Amino acid sequence: MLSLTTEVLVIGGGATGAGVAWDASLRGLGVILVDRLDLAEGTSGRFHGLLHSGGRYVVKDAPAARECIAENRILRRVAADCIEDTGGLFVTTPWDDPAYADRFAAACRETGVDCEEITVAQARRDEPRLHPEISRAFRVPDANMDIWKTVWAMAHGAQQCGARILPYHEVTAIRRDGDRVTGARVRDVRAGEDLTIEAQVTVNASGAWAGQIAAMAGIDGVRVFPGRGIMIAMNHRLVNTVINRCQMPTDGDILVPIRTVSVIGTTDVHTDDPDDHTVLESEVDRMLDDGEKLVPGFRQARALRVWTGVRPLFEDAKAAGTDTRDVTRAHALLDHRQRDGVEGFVTITGGKVTTFRLMAEETVDAVCDLLGRDTPGSTAEQPLPGSESGANYRLGERLARKDERLRQEQTICECELVPRSRLEHALAETGSRNLDDIRRRLRLGMGPCQGGFCIYRTVGIMHAAGGIDAASADASLLDFLQERWKGVWPILYGDQLRQMRFDEWVFQGVLDVGHLPEAPA
Amino acid sequence: MSDLFEIELLRGTLDHCVKCTICETACPVSNASPLFPGPKYAGPQSERYRVSDEAAVDASVDYCSGCGICSQVCPQGVKIAEINAQARHRLKRQRGIPLRDRIITRPTWLGRAGTPVAPLANWTLGFRPLRVLAERTLGVHRDAPAPRFAGRRFSRWARAHTSPAAPRKVIYFHGCGTEYYEPWEGERVVAVLEHNGFEVVVPEQDCCGLPLQSSGLFEDARRSVRRLAHSLASQLADERTIIVGNATSCTLMLKREAREILGLEDDPELRRVAERTYDICELLLELHQRGELRTDFRPIPERIAYHAPCQQQGHWIGKPALELLSLIPELEVREMHARCCGIAGTYGLKAEKYEIAMAVGRSLFEQVEASGAAEVACDSETCRWQITHGTHLPSVHPIDYLYRAYGLDHG
Repeated sequence: MLSLTTEVLVIGGGATGAGVAWDASLRGLGVILVDRLDLAEGTSGRFHGLLHSGGRYVVKDAPAARECIAENRILRRVAADCIEDTGGLFVTTPWDDPAYADRFAAACRETGVDCEEITVAQARRDEPRLHPEISRAFRVPDANMDIWKTVWAMAHGAQQCGARILPYHEVTAIRRDGDRVTGARVRDVRAGEDLTIEAQVTVNASGAWAGQIAAMAGIDGVRVFPGRGIMIAMNHRLVNTVINRCQMPTDGDILVPIRTVSVIGTTDVHTDDPDDHTVLESEVDRMLDDGEKLVPGFRQARALRVWTGVRPLFEDAKAAGTDTRDVTRAHALLDHRQRDGVEGFVTITGGKVTTFRLMAEETVDAVCDLLGRDTPGSTAEQPLPGSESGANYRLGERLARKDERLRQEQTICECELVPRSRLEHALAETGSRNLDDIRRRLRLGMGPCQGGFCIYRTVGIMHAAGGIDAASADASLLDFLQERWKGVWPILYGDQLRQMRFDEWVFQGVLDVGHLPEAPA
Repeated sequence: MSDLFEIELLRGTLDHCVKCTICETACPVSNASPLFPGPKYAGPQSERYRVSDEAAVDASVDYCSGCGICSQVCPQGVKIAEINAQARHRLKRQRGIPLRDRIITRPTWLGRAGTPVAPLANWTLGFRPLRVLAERTLGVHRDAPAPRFAGRRFSRWARAHTSPAAPRKVIYFHGCGTEYYEPWEGERVVAVLEHNGFEVVVPEQDCCGLPLQSSGLFEDARRSVRRLAHSLASQLADERTIIVGNATSCTLMLKREAREILGLEDDPELRRVAERTYDICELLLELHQRGELRTDFRPIPERIAYHAPCQQQGHWIGKPALELLSLIPELEVREMHARCCGIAGTYGLKAEKYEIAMAVGRSLFEQVEASGAAEVACDSETCRWQITHGTHLPSVHPIDYLYRAYGLDHG
């Protein structure tokens, strides 16, 4: 069995895990990161894309608000290319307690979250589709963050420092030597091989799955309650500013413009299984109703896709009380030496995407402590690869690039404007022959037609690139269509229903994908 | 505020796009030139990447001629051409409007300047060294079809003319082409309407703003169309009074385009005007269908070609001119099946677009030539000038044949 040795093994390739790998690499530590799936395929890749200003938490949870605004300012700098500075608005709709607005403004001052009240007329000039009966509006520095871009930038940065990033490597056992965790045994699920990784410190950054990984290390009481939430992406930007309802945080009160879509979120339903992706019709309905309160006509606008993410809500069964109040959205860093007398093992869970960098920094501080190192973290100053210029992302970037090269190149994905060279580059760079991996890197197949026009092109190019036989390419096409379908059927009405009928004509009627020549068994 | 909201709703139609590509197959421009990436690309696809207060990044949308065929053929109801017009406006506003566009989009200025000195102005427009100079300095193509100033204004004739009082009244919107370049077309429209028992009122009027709008000068276009609507609306006290025009693109502007593209959906005067506006052939055919059109036509033993302009097709009234012309004994009308003549108002005048416009029109020119017709009938003046430029055949408004068939040319 292949065996690897490192100083730090990171389990989990979400924002936190990749952040830990990046932070530790910058401090000169040797790092291996493993994830059972692709990077940012779990909770991180399934949020609405909001980089919080902290406004959402000012009244309910002042420390969280302070953390958010501090991280917001840092990330705008170091992850500039992954962030679009949309700004945010908190608006009092007819359904909100009008008294909350003053509390909100006062709490913003208290916590240092920048907030400026603007006139309703101004708010509606900025966002013409906003509900006409809003009574107050406050500007805050919300933004959106492309989490895949962020996670990949951190992974690349870490790799440049010598880290090894191993997606599709599932932990099958945590290795223990007496009171010490000494790494893990993992299975390379693509190659079908096992390998052992020996590490001085193992970081459990598996988010909603942290309890499962801790249990594999023989550690009890790390209880993570997965809170499932749905998000619906609308076909285009109904707004260009993040819109929040000015009320105590609840379901369906945020509309986030990100990339070409606007995402409404979210719900919060307890589930026992972090891999539970159930979408209830009633949740979809409620979300659309909530959308109407922000943007009238929301139900007539086209819904593109729905998905769920699971928040890791942490409760420490070993803490004094086990009251549900201990279930918190704040992050939890557990040094198992102190907590359980187990050396070389740290768990980081809970928290929110906006504060991932801070979580990673605190985690690597703890790792350094265990390793007896004294190197400070530098992720608050060191820009991510691609963000060196400090210029924020702009929505028009792909269109601008495409317009410069209009006649030079075939467009593969028309919705997301992916040119052929980028697809070929991604195939070569990742070596992946999994359409979903390619999708996450290029956003290919994520637009209105949900792969209707690009996927058959992509499969052909992927097959021509080699490394995959015709039967597997066929299977890959069918898998992709099936995967896209899962996110569409719960919102199958109106324009998206028409689109799916059209796609069906393309794939069933024209291409007859049910009877491909080298179809899988 | 409401303007912005209307524009958002227009933009919202991009949601209906299923990417079927029908618009791309029908677009005359993208099929003639690779400089325009096509309506699906420039419209519903690119619009998802546009943020109103960010810099416009896709200069290629300026190569859309605004003919509107994409919106007409879209089976899903995406307002493609209108979305493109918005994008063009944003682009021009940010990058500056060329002097050329400020000049050629103002037929009133041009007309008032050229009319008193028509012989000199016409000589200038036909004088090659000056045209070459104009191409180099202004960007108006040296070969682009330039109409000739008539040297007299239709409105002057109209003021001197008294329409016999009649119970049925129409307001005649003649447009700038009739006013400065083809006043005789207006006189024929008036004669045909009077022959059918209408009292024709010609109020003071000015440009509808369409050339401004299609070049992206929205603020000026709004001013123009509102002023025109105000003037026309003042004549509409009687509920039965209607407005009729022979400049088909200008009547479309009043009916629909100004409200949709310029975000004036809520303008009450424009709405009233829009509801009452008719294309001249639309009105006459409706009369005929009610049995009220006089059919005392004399035969015209000629063969002509008929081209329905893109803007005429945007009225969603079919091709009433064809049906009217078929009423004239012995007149042999060959319907052309090309989509567009290429000119699209002022598009084909622009130096960088002239070749595209000619390439777009080629199929029409060839069909006209193959038809053996001696003359071409077409509802839009700029299209007529382009057709004559491309075929060297005379072209007239379809109303001319009714005028002749009624014997009105002989008094």
